[in-house]
Amino acid sequence: MDERDVADMDEIKPPKSQTGIIGWIRQNLFNGTFNSILTVITLFFLWKTVPPLIRWFFIDSVWTTGSEACYTADGACWSVISNNIRFILFGLYPHDLQWRPLIAIALLVALLAYSRDRRRWRRSLFYIWATGLFVMGLLMKGGLFGLENVDTTRWSGLPLTLLLSIFGMVAAYPLGVLLALGRRSRMPAIKSLCVVYIEMIRGVPLISLLFMSSIMFPLFLPEGLTINKILRAQIAIILFTAAYIAEVVRGGLQAIPRGQYEAAESLGLNFPQKMRLIVLPQALKIVIPPTVGILVSAFKDTSLVVIIALYDLLKTTQSVLSNPKWMGFSSEAYIFIAFIYFICCFSMSNYSRKLERELGAGERH
Amino acid sequence: MPKNDAAALMTGTIPFWNDPDKRAIIYQILTLAAVGAAAYYLISNTLANLARQNIATGFGFLQKESAFEIGESLIRYSAADTYARALWVGVLNTLKVSFIGIVVTVILGTVIGIARLSTNWLVSKLAGIYIEVMQDIPILLQLFFWYAIFYENLPSPRQAMAPFPGVFLSNRGFMFPVPESHPAHPYMLLAFAAACVAVWAMQRWARKRQARTGRIFPVIRASFCLLLGLPILVWTLFGAPTQMDAPELSGFNFNGGLSLSPEFGALLLGLVLYTAAFVAEIVRAGIQSVSYGQVEAAEALGLRPAMVLHLVILPQALRVIIPPLTSQMLNLTKNSSLAVAIGYPDFVSVANTTINQTGQAIEGVLLIMACYLCFSLLTSLFMNWYNKKMALVER
Repeated sequence: MDERDVADMDEIKPPKSQTGIIGWIRQNLFNGTFNSILTVITLFFLWKTVPPLIRWFFIDSVWTTGSEACYTADGACWSVISNNIRFILFGLYPHDLQWRPLIAIALLVALLAYSRDRRRWRRSLFYIWATGLFVMGLLMKGGLFGLENVDTTRWSGLPLTLLLSIFGMVAAYPLGVLLALGRRSRMPAIKSLCVVYIEMIRGVPLISLLFMSSIMFPLFLPEGLTINKILRAQIAIILFTAAYIAEVVRGGLQAIPRGQYEAAESLGLNFPQKMRLIVLPQALKIVIPPTVGILVSAFKDTSLVVIIALYDLLKTTQSVLSNPKWMGFSSEAYIFIAFIYFICCFSMSNYSRKLERELGAGERH
Repeated sequence: MPKNDAAALMTGTIPFWNDPDKRAIIYQILTLAAVGAAAYYLISNTLANLARQNIATGFGFLQKESAFEIGESLIRYSAADTYARALWVGVLNTLKVSFIGIVVTVILGTVIGIARLSTNWLVSKLAGIYIEVMQDIPILLQLFFWYAIFYENLPSPRQAMAPFPGVFLSNRGFMFPVPESHPAHPYMLLAFAAACVAVWAMQRWARKRQARTGRIFPVIRASFCLLLGLPILVWTLFGAPTQMDAPELSGFNFNGGLSLSPEFGALLLGLVLYTAAFVAEIVRAGIQSVSYGQVEAAEALGLRPAMVLHLVILPQALRVIIPPLTSQMLNLTKNSSLAVAIGYPDFVSVANTTINQTGQAIEGVLLIMACYLCFSLLTSLFMNWYNKKMALVER
């Protein structure tokens, strides 16, 4: 074998059909008869549906016209959004004060972005959040520092949706942890109370709790005392979410090996110390991904308050659509709302996947 | 102090606040007292409020005349019937949409879950997009969307679309022909039931024979023949009646045939498309939980692909799939209560009307909760039974 042959052998490349774009297509779209047929059918289906949809969405659509142009347009009428965006987002909030909820939402987004990094999860973050939530509340409610007071009955649209979900999650989490601890307790009375509560709440739909909050809560209170409608719905959402969080946290508690409990006890820690210092930090870390799942569904579930006539994002949209001028353009409006919900939920679940990867990587070594 | 404690331990006279058992009793008494006091406070307030507002209590209203119509019903119902019967209509409507929804969801979810695992890049990515999008949009919004599509974009009955002859799509719903009622039908149903029993017996016999002699009986093919063949046989014996009851346009709406209202259609479509995304994830996780070594081992034993699926993958995957799948079925049933938002007369919607008419909110909400608690209790009973059955199989 002389040198030229060796050089030639080195230069032999895999066949064209195995590499590059063609190779990728062959391996992923046309591997085998069945897959080839499937690909062709799918491509045909996409070719039939996607171009008309794109034309409806972007090309034939109208964006900023009045409603008259919408009736003559072939495509989507995005004008229903652009003409009513302020009402859809902020609802009944006083028109010239709507910069306040806007800043509050921007603040929330900034806080969320800041907390994304796990290295910032320190005690200081807790104070930052507490301050942030207080400022947001102040911006919404007013009444201090020369801000005009806005009654809570006028809170609506996106701020209401975010408010219901964030305070729902913040309040439901500790309640859920307490319920989970109660369910694991050795004291029969406490254990059975927690079991009954958790199973009952998980057995009924949220809508029944919301009905309860809107028509039964007023009967529970002494004469003359009334609770604001938003707060009542908020309580129902908290009670509902807490039961689901309790079940997730219980899973985490069960996953902690017995040795950890025994070690904590042998160190002479009492129950609160044992839980706070040893068990809960580990258990809650394990259940971060499923907890985010619960939070995503709690966020989606806040849309149900539309049934008890609270003006959340969905209800403001519906009241725009009940205006004769914009009747008949529901699909466009709902697609817009769906897009907002999708962005929020997708970033939450995406973040949860990222966390899961990071935490998992830490475990494996 | 430590000295005293040691002495106390020795003599067995620990102060009661340091004895865990006694402390537990005190905690429990305190908790029960707090819960009891809260309950007493709420109940006494409620009773006072009810007395003050002159609201009737008790379930006596169930026997009164309901005086409202219900759009669709599986049983005969009119406004002259009692509230109890109206609520029963609601329960049946809930069960109807849930049952059909669950069957379609499981099929669609399985298909999408398998598509997600497909080696075909395009199909897998499309399934992934479907799952992500559907999971991240609230079910209520999806229901509104489909209802709006049906209501705004479908033509009126006079201009109804007819994708197939005899089938009509309009904003009054979907109309399609059904076979005209004939004495043969009950017997065909009976034949089908008999076929089911026969299939079950045949399966047992085939398994026993296989265990004894090792010979395999084509159970699946024989089952298909039995399940289809027996009813068809009865049908031909009755002279093969083919008379159809087809919908016809008369005035402003259709008469005859079977019709599905747009409310029902939107509810079913929304529930199925939403829940199928979750079912698809469950099916994917279940199939992925069976390690590839199992498949290779089965192939090494010389099993055909169908048998690998039937004997090796499915029994193991189903054990992972069934528990979360049942909870998704329960979720679908609970989510069907959102029908109240689009006007399908399910149980919650009928109960809501009842509350508005009688003013008896407490009884109404209690009925709603009791009804759904029953559904979830039945589901958990099934789950316990299934888990026990699976535990027996395990060695």
